[in-house]
Amino acid sequence: MSSEEKLLTLNLKIWRQKSAKDKGKMVDYTLEGVSTDSSFLEMIDQLNEKLVGESLDPVTFDHDCREGICGMCSMMINGLAHGPEKETTTCQLHMRSFNDGDTIVIEPWRAKAFPVVKDLMVDRSAFDKIIQAGGYVNINTGNAQDANEILVPKADADLAMDAAACIGCGACVASCKNASAMLFVSAKISQLALLPQGELEAEKRTLNMVEKMDELGFGNCTNEAECEASCPKGIQITNIARMNKEFLKAAITSKE
Amino acid sequence: MTIKKLDGKVPEGKVQEKWDNHRFKMKLVNPSNKRKYKVIVVGTGLAGASACSTLAELGYEVDAFCIQDSPRRAHSIAAQGGINAAKNYPNDGDSVWRLFYDTVKGGDYRAREANVYRLAQVSNSIIDQCAAQGVPFAREYGGTLANRSFGGAQVSRTFYARGQTGQQLLLGAYSSMMKEVSKGKVKVHTRREMVDLVVVDGKSRGIITRNIVTGEFEKWAADAVILCTGGYGNVYFLSTNAMTSNGSAAWKAYKKGAMFGNPCFTQIHPTCIPVHGDAQSKLTLMSESLRNDGRVWVPKKKGDNRKASEIPEEERDYYLERIYPSFGNLVPRDVASRRAKESVDDGRGVGKTGVAVFLDFSDAIKRDGEQAIRERYGNLFEMYNRITDENPYQVPMRIYPAVHYTMGGLWVDYNLQTTVPGTFALGEANFSDHGANRLGASALMQGLADGYFVIPYTLGNYLVEENLLNEKITDEHPEFEKCLKASKGRFDKLLSVGGNRSVDSFHKELGHIMWERVGMSRNGEDLNKGIKEIQNLRAEFWKDVKVTGTDEGLNVELEKANRVADFLELGELMARDALERKESCGGHFREESQTEENEAKRDDDNFAHVAAWEYSGDEETPIRNIEELAFENVALTQRSYK
Repeated sequence: MSSEEKLLTLNLKIWRQKSAKDKGKMVDYTLEGVSTDSSFLEMIDQLNEKLVGESLDPVTFDHDCREGICGMCSMMINGLAHGPEKETTTCQLHMRSFNDGDTIVIEPWRAKAFPVVKDLMVDRSAFDKIIQAGGYVNINTGNAQDANEILVPKADADLAMDAAACIGCGACVASCKNASAMLFVSAKISQLALLPQGELEAEKRTLNMVEKMDELGFGNCTNEAECEASCPKGIQITNIARMNKEFLKAAITSKE
Repeated sequence: MTIKKLDGKVPEGKVQEKWDNHRFKMKLVNPSNKRKYKVIVVGTGLAGASACSTLAELGYEVDAFCIQDSPRRAHSIAAQGGINAAKNYPNDGDSVWRLFYDTVKGGDYRAREANVYRLAQVSNSIIDQCAAQGVPFAREYGGTLANRSFGGAQVSRTFYARGQTGQQLLLGAYSSMMKEVSKGKVKVHTRREMVDLVVVDGKSRGIITRNIVTGEFEKWAADAVILCTGGYGNVYFLSTNAMTSNGSAAWKAYKKGAMFGNPCFTQIHPTCIPVHGDAQSKLTLMSESLRNDGRVWVPKKKGDNRKASEIPEEERDYYLERIYPSFGNLVPRDVASRRAKESVDDGRGVGKTGVAVFLDFSDAIKRDGEQAIRERYGNLFEMYNRITDENPYQVPMRIYPAVHYTMGGLWVDYNLQTTVPGTFALGEANFSDHGANRLGASALMQGLADGYFVIPYTLGNYLVEENLLNEKITDEHPEFEKCLKASKGRFDKLLSVGGNRSVDSFHKELGHIMWERVGMSRNGEDLNKGIKEIQNLRAEFWKDVKVTGTDEGLNVELEKANRVADFLELGELMARDALERKESCGGHFREESQTEENEAKRDDDNFAHVAAWEYSGDEETPIRNIEELAFENVALTQRSYK
């Protein structure tokens, strides 16, 4: 059965930065009466309600679906992307993971390619640019054959789905000491490389997406696997291996 | 005040032939002329993203707007269970006709037949399109697509990608849209919120947006505006909608002359994780697919607070299986929700708050093994565990209904055009296909049908018929400046109230009124009270709301205040619509109109119509116009799932 609800008093250290140009600093807050049944973002809501009551500027942060799927929420919590729980987004993290009197340090994603917009909110449009470089199958609406004419072995479909589960939150980049986006990029390349639908354009896609990734200022992979450890959707670094294989193949054989 | 009778512009002919005939009769835009037209698409969920990609592929210049930091984050992403299509792959008797029939019946005969038939017709093309895009649908060992069952149907017609079907379909549509961005045909404007619709000479000519990051107001001109802005379930504060899901874009269109169809038709989804306390910010859905294997029950005895495991089989009431032997746990959502409420109201609710029922998988685990259940629903069980700290493999889930979807929305004709020419509404933002209750796995189908397969045809017809190629206007037109000033004025006003109460406190109070008065069960007395309460709250809002910060730069409180101000008006319209519709149908249950077995009792003589509400001024009561619904193919009967 569930643990009994408790009320916590917390010491929060939160990154405050008025705008992209502002220098920013850590600010301390004390928050009382936080239910262990609340989510982490509901705890921030509670802090913001208090700040509004005191006519202070509430903490800005990205969030939307609050069910762990939209990929908006993005906080470094005590130095860990999305906090201490495995395969859990910030919005799905609950306060029962913390103790009364805890100090919690909350920062935005830190990466050259993700500049801070305000407080804990960053600009992740670089991810859209990578997808634009080739993260799709070039098929127009209305041309498709009957879905069952494309047979996909169940094992391949399952692997493709494992990779496709990426929510594009950027925790992989934030937790990597090189700010590498290779887990994100490889998840999309893998999904499409594993399916017959994506085969035709596999070479071009891999070369273009990797080139774009480099161009946008993401770092390289040095096999630390921090990305996998922090990924809220359990995307595995075997995808990076698959991408490297695809890249090598494309670099050698591409007709482009 | 005269009541207008709206024309749904349903084409002539047999229902099976209407769409084909209409497609042939509609005018076409010459390929080299398409690039001369600019189209605005607001919202990038399934409807918006699919419309963007398809229109751009055809050659139109598309400007897309979304409120999040990327189009991929629209709330369609959270849909879990699946998407329906009439493929009949399992060979279990499905057909276009049966999907059409089930959807009209599931909607309790308050949808437009011709639209629903077209939806069923194009459903198969949607699956083909998505599979071709590389959407990783679930597969059988032979490599073919897998299906499962959903509520309100006796065939397995639901395609799925684990418990993340919405995510995968949206990423498919988003990728397709990104393909067009790379070609320069779609321009994406993120972190923008539409704050007004610009209408010139009776036609939609663009929008005003507010840049959420800078606080700037911007003018955008186009030849047509397509609203794909989703539903307004957040009027209840607590719902399964995302935090920024709102009704404001539709509400601005309403105030510019687009009528609002059946605003009271709200779907309360039966299987959500129950409320934990006052700090709660949103509710989480547990997919309807769980009802394939989960059995819903409450104790037979009132106030029985023993653990589930301590309640013997003979003291449990599997009420859905008892009342509805042929559909059992897979009755439609409205029926399942109402019966859950009935059990709780009867004092037989479970859990700490007593406001929940059990959804029990122990029999399925015994039958198929834990591994099989994990494969089907693993991610949902994990999510449940994270939120409640309970392990649903060992103890039954506790669930309770929550606001999930709005069948009501902007009134549109068969071409998906609102009553403002040049303004179209797609997906959940329109009212058209689900009647008074949407069946599970039909929202994804409708969003993609509208975007991939309907609007590409009907938009062209509008552009040619109105001869817009020769009537270009730009954002220099004075109407744009006028709308921009008005929008800015409204935001300034919100900042200048300088009261004492936070925006959220108003939103929560409105949500409470809506849930109590315009919730799962409604009656005339409560609705009248609700209207008064909303009016009073609205007056208080404009006297006492406290919006911190300034109009420059990012100001989340100001954004929220603008949306809540609209909800305070929209909520009243919903109550008014519920009050005037004196029958029960689907998700709209009027206590005064029920059968002896407490089922919704329709009044087809007086209410077989769509209510289309027309704005007539902030201080005026809106006008209730109607569109008569003709049922030529599906006989009107008392819906039965027994």
